[in-house]
Amino acid sequence: MWDHEIRAMASTHAIIAASVFMATVIPAALVPGFSVYGTHLLWLYSVSGAVTAVSVAVFWLLGITPPTKKHTVGFKLSRLFRSCLYFFLSCLFFHTVVVLYGAPLIESALETFSLAVLLTSLTTLRCLCVLGPNVQAWIRVFSRHGAMSVWDTCLQITVACTVVGAWVGAFPIPLDWDRPWQVWPVSCSLGAMIGFLTGLVAAPAWIHYHRKHLTYKCK
Amino acid sequence: MKGLPVLSLLLWMCAVYFVGIYLFVGGFLLVRLEVNRTSTCGDVLQPGEEPVDFCRVQPRFRRAVLLIIDALKIDFAWFDPNNTAPRPYENKLPVLEETVSSRPSHSRLYPFRADPPTTTMQRIKGFTTGSLPTFVDVGNNFASSAILEDNLIHQFGQVGKRVVFMGDDTWENLFPKKFHRSLPFPSFNVKDLHTVDNGILQHLYTTMVGDDWDVLVAHFLGVDHCGHRFGPDHPAMADKLTQMDGVIRSVIDRLHNDTLLVVMGDHGMTDTGDHGGESQKETDAAIFLYSPSPLFPGPPSQSEPDVVPQTDLVPTLALLLGVPIPYSSVGQVLLPLFPPHGQTEGAVGRLSQLEALWINAKQVNRFLETYSGMAKDIPPESLSQLKRQFSRLSSEYLSSVRAGRSPSPQLAASLQAYLTSVRDTCRATWARFNPLKMVVGLAILAFACLTCFVLSELSPALIRENAPGLTAPLVVALAAGACAAACQLLARGYVEVAWCLAAAALSSELLFLWRARRRGGTAAAVVPTDKNGSKAPKRAAWLTPCRLLIPPLLVPLLRCASLLSDSYVIAEGRAVTFLVFSLALYIPVHLNWDGLLLPPIHDPLKAAGFLPPAAPSPSTVRRESGVLLACLGLLVGSLYLSLSFHACREEQGSCQPSPFLSPLSRLQDSQLKNLHYVLSVFSLGLWTYLLRRCLRHYGNLNSSGGTAFAAHWVLPLLSVCLALHWAVSATPDDSFRNLAELIGLAQLALPRAAFCLVALGLSLIWLDPLTVFVKTRGRAGRGRASPLPPPSYRASTGISPQAELHHLIPQIYQRMRRSMDDGGGELSGAGEVDSSPAVKAYGLGTVYSAPLLLFCGLLGIGLLLLHPEGMALSFLLLLLEMGALLHIHASSTNLSSLHGTYSGGFNVPWTPVVLWSLAATQFFHATGHLPTFPSIQWGAAFVGFPDGHTGTLLPASLVTLNTFASHILFAAGCPLLLFWPLVCEVRGSRGARACGEEGEDAVMEMRLRENPQQFSSALLQLSTRYLFLLGAQVFASVCAAAILRRHLMVWKVFAPKLMFEASGFLVSSVSLLIGVSLVLRVDVAVGRWFKRLVPDASR
Ligand SMILES: [Zn+2]
Ligand SMILES: [Zn+2]
Repeated sequence: MWDHEIRAMASTHAIIAASVFMATVIPAALVPGFSVYGTHLLWLYSVSGAVTAVSVAVFWLLGITPPTKKHTVGFKLSRLFRSCLYFFLSCLFFHTVVVLYGAPLIESALETFSLAVLLTSLTTLRCLCVLGPNVQAWIRVFSRHGAMSVWDTCLQITVACTVVGAWVGAFPIPLDWDRPWQVWPVSCSLGAMIGFLTGLVAAPAWIHYHRKHLTYKCK
Repeated sequence: MKGLPVLSLLLWMCAVYFVGIYLFVGGFLLVRLEVNRTSTCGDVLQPGEEPVDFCRVQPRFRRAVLLIIDALKIDFAWFDPNNTAPRPYENKLPVLEETVSSRPSHSRLYPFRADPPTTTMQRIKGFTTGSLPTFVDVGNNFASSAILEDNLIHQFGQVGKRVVFMGDDTWENLFPKKFHRSLPFPSFNVKDLHTVDNGILQHLYTTMVGDDWDVLVAHFLGVDHCGHRFGPDHPAMADKLTQMDGVIRSVIDRLHNDTLLVVMGDHGMTDTGDHGGESQKETDAAIFLYSPSPLFPGPPSQSEPDVVPQTDLVPTLALLLGVPIPYSSVGQVLLPLFPPHGQTEGAVGRLSQLEALWINAKQVNRFLETYSGMAKDIPPESLSQLKRQFSRLSSEYLSSVRAGRSPSPQLAASLQAYLTSVRDTCRATWARFNPLKMVVGLAILAFACLTCFVLSELSPALIRENAPGLTAPLVVALAAGACAAACQLLARGYVEVAWCLAAAALSSELLFLWRARRRGGTAAAVVPTDKNGSKAPKRAAWLTPCRLLIPPLLVPLLRCASLLSDSYVIAEGRAVTFLVFSLALYIPVHLNWDGLLLPPIHDPLKAAGFLPPAAPSPSTVRRESGVLLACLGLLVGSLYLSLSFHACREEQGSCQPSPFLSPLSRLQDSQLKNLHYVLSVFSLGLWTYLLRRCLRHYGNLNSSGGTAFAAHWVLPLLSVCLALHWAVSATPDDSFRNLAELIGLAQLALPRAAFCLVALGLSLIWLDPLTVFVKTRGRAGRGRASPLPPPSYRASTGISPQAELHHLIPQIYQRMRRSMDDGGGELSGAGEVDSSPAVKAYGLGTVYSAPLLLFCGLLGIGLLLLHPEGMALSFLLLLLEMGALLHIHASSTNLSSLHGTYSGGFNVPWTPVVLWSLAATQFFHATGHLPTFPSIQWGAAFVGFPDGHTGTLLPASLVTLNTFASHILFAAGCPLLLFWPLVCEVRGSRGARACGEEGEDAVMEMRLRENPQQFSSALLQLSTRYLFLLGAQVFASVCAAAILRRHLMVWKVFAPKLMFEASGFLVSSVSLLIGVSLVLRVDVAVGRWFKRLVPDASR
């Protein structure tokens, strides 16, 4: 039963990683002068859009999202609305945190917000897909005994990898090397992206190697 | 409570650190005293002839052009015609070789050897003063780098020569207002290869053609910058050198007959283009001498020197241009430039070799006599030998001159030998790193950090064993020190204290570590074993990697690693804030990971056994989490706001220093001034109010002792004093003319009164630290067997009874009474027991933290007095951040203990200690300080002493207090971390574990008295952890200075950072010791108080 889930997870992650790859390659073919450093914001939005679209589609198809009790259209609409609201709030939250970390307040607000959007689409969106718009469940998942399923564990790993990646990405900024990727927020978004991709690879692998020790209350 | 072992261990630890720092700094920072005397024309008298004014005689050259090409390595200057495939830096200056071979009596090219440190500023000092400048030239004031020693530029000015300067703006800082005309260009941007050079070239030729100069100095920076940017082996270097070739050609074409041309480099460069160290690649520059009139007696002969030391330029130039040799020069004249004896026409302008040597030797001897009178760093035996040598030579020369016969040619050689040996002696004293001392210092520091870490982990075992195990290390240390002294006496005849200290420190550390290693096994077995006994690791489990690589220790590791990079040192303020923020965010995340942040979900599926027996009520958990998150918000807010108080380093290009850094009196806009003043006074008031509020809240203000007096009267009075002082010092001088005298008096009296108040308050706290108010009341008798009465409370602190319920400690009394009943009852008799007074003690629960808090508060205001007014806001943020950190620590401890997972006794975990130490660095920056010498706030020395000082001790200590204000506050307040979880303790958290049925009571800090052993061990652990973190930072900056000895930024970034880090450690450790001893003092006082309260009979 577990092997099946791990395989599903691995293929999902492969699809998401492929979408990140395509989101980097396709605009390069279409838009003249496209580059990850030069037109960073374009790359950033194309990647977050791709990840958002693909994750929503894949998770919807897999049916990971917790089953809802009601199936009325109104309830589904309100759920959708709440998800969008949480998405936006999470962008604001990440923006605030990044500013508190020392990002310029006014000068490059657009860049900072774009980074927040990227982080949201890499982390919060996944929470939304796996757990639904339920903040309490999100907080619960990030505890030692909080994971209820393989997907929860996977969520823990990818989110942690992404956040740590973005955090580590801030380190090269003060260095005086004058490289194009040291410009705010290139290193952070690259760090987040690399962390995310690492998480995509690491999560199935880790779960695979620890499948003997993993016990979940449900499922 | 065992005070003595704790204090002695801490003292020993600090001493070991100090020895390590002392040794390293002694080997790394070369120190030299500056002699502030100048030579005059009258000094240079010809012996045996009638007095001639040296400066009035026509000199050999009227004018000189000094072309300084920064980092002109000797390899760049050689020309090898056989080299068919030259590297980019080879064969690019053919003009030198062409001139030397075509006009041998007009020109020479020599290697020009610099003395370390081979950095531009020290080198400019070197070849203008003729001395061996070190990194720290004592006597030089750090604030401005102007050269105070006698130098060539000064001497040129004395005799009326017009010096025109163009190029590197370092000169302008070194010789302010000394030039007839100057065109400085910014030297800082290493990436800019052309600004300085092109700027010079725009003016050089026109100036040379004109006639309003006597000495022209042009300092080109392009070659050096090209080296730093691309390295020597790069096409850009070829372009730059070719350009210089053209410059030299053009200058030679424009020279007059009475002009001397000197082309030279100030130092060389390594293969990577850096410099600063003492390798031959860095020290060997080139010097090229040329004049249109014959300069040398003939083509190069056998007696030509192979290498010209850089110091030799000064006496040579001085005598050629007819000025006295600068007072502290230790160079010797370049003999080939002077005609041999007998070939001169006798005029002073044409000094013969011997005459030049004699003038030179006399000047050097005079300097040596003056210097040895001031400083003792030249070894005495070599000094006396030099003196004997000079007096012999002197009498020989004088007698031969008086007799009118020409001196023997050997005399010139021995004069030369004398000058050389003086220079070598000085060089051995000043201009050499001492690698052995550096390595030993590093080793001592490394072992000290390790020892400190081990000590912090072993502190429970050490305290339990009742002997800190310090006797043996101390005895060994004494023995080793004596041994080292004896060995030195036998081998060298004199004793250098540094080596004795080193031997003592190292041996005691090693012995301690060895014993700790042995003890590790036994200690681990005695570690407070839990009920389940799971916590009994086999052996020295505290050194396994997975226990060391936890985030709270990863953060200090990152911090230490960041000290090795100049970019991070430059951006230190922001980097540290980043780290503090990260670690603060880690706390709730970690708590949530452990499932402690939220009330446990009562899951029916979960077995009941998993839950701790006394499940915490969700509301309590929620409240604690709320407090934690609110304090986190406060912390984050003050972190963010503190960023706006930073000053700017010159390396940070687009940086605006905080507007709060300038004193109010400098603000022009009166409205802005008022606003700033109101803000500052508001912050000061809030600081005072918060402190008093806190003390009142915990019932510490009811007593009538010294501490309460300080809180009641000294604290508010001090704030008023400070506010008035700010108002007075902000008034413009011309606004109240008739009150000028009064204002002057107030400027003197107010700060002094504030100093006195601070001293009064601190000594009151020290003398009478108890803040306990005892209320005695007769009560109806009760039988001994009757259950204890429900405690009764009386509101006297002005807050709700609910709060008092938490903070007044009648239970102490009850426990005491019961002990009296049990122990002394039989002795004293039933009647007495019944009529024994009911005692209530207010403020007993915070008896330890209250004096410490007040101590820090008073000290903080005192330190604020030394800062610009605007820093009051930053100090308020500091207080808020301190409070937030304490509350976060307390809440997270409470949350853990509420869930029954806390098992550390009173021990403070790493996270809050790390945060505390990082916050100290953060506020070092947020109070407008930087680890650079120009940023020291010298104004602090004049607070209360507007007319200056007579001594140096008082201003130095005032400036130190100003610079390390945040280090002092955080280190002195460090023990608060131990007390705060107890102050904020939640009922039923620790109680259930600690004292059975009485567990429902909040006993607060009295728990410490109940477990004196745990108290001592926790205090020791906390302070050693703090010391370890401080020491690790010092160790990291020491490593940075040692490893990056020849980094471009070593004297600009790393060495100042090392000095600041080392002095910060010194100040912090002393403050930490003060804080700890205050705690011990309180403990003694509490012990006495209990003794007084409990009648003797009961003992
Ligand atoms: Zn230089
Ligand atoms: Zn340089």
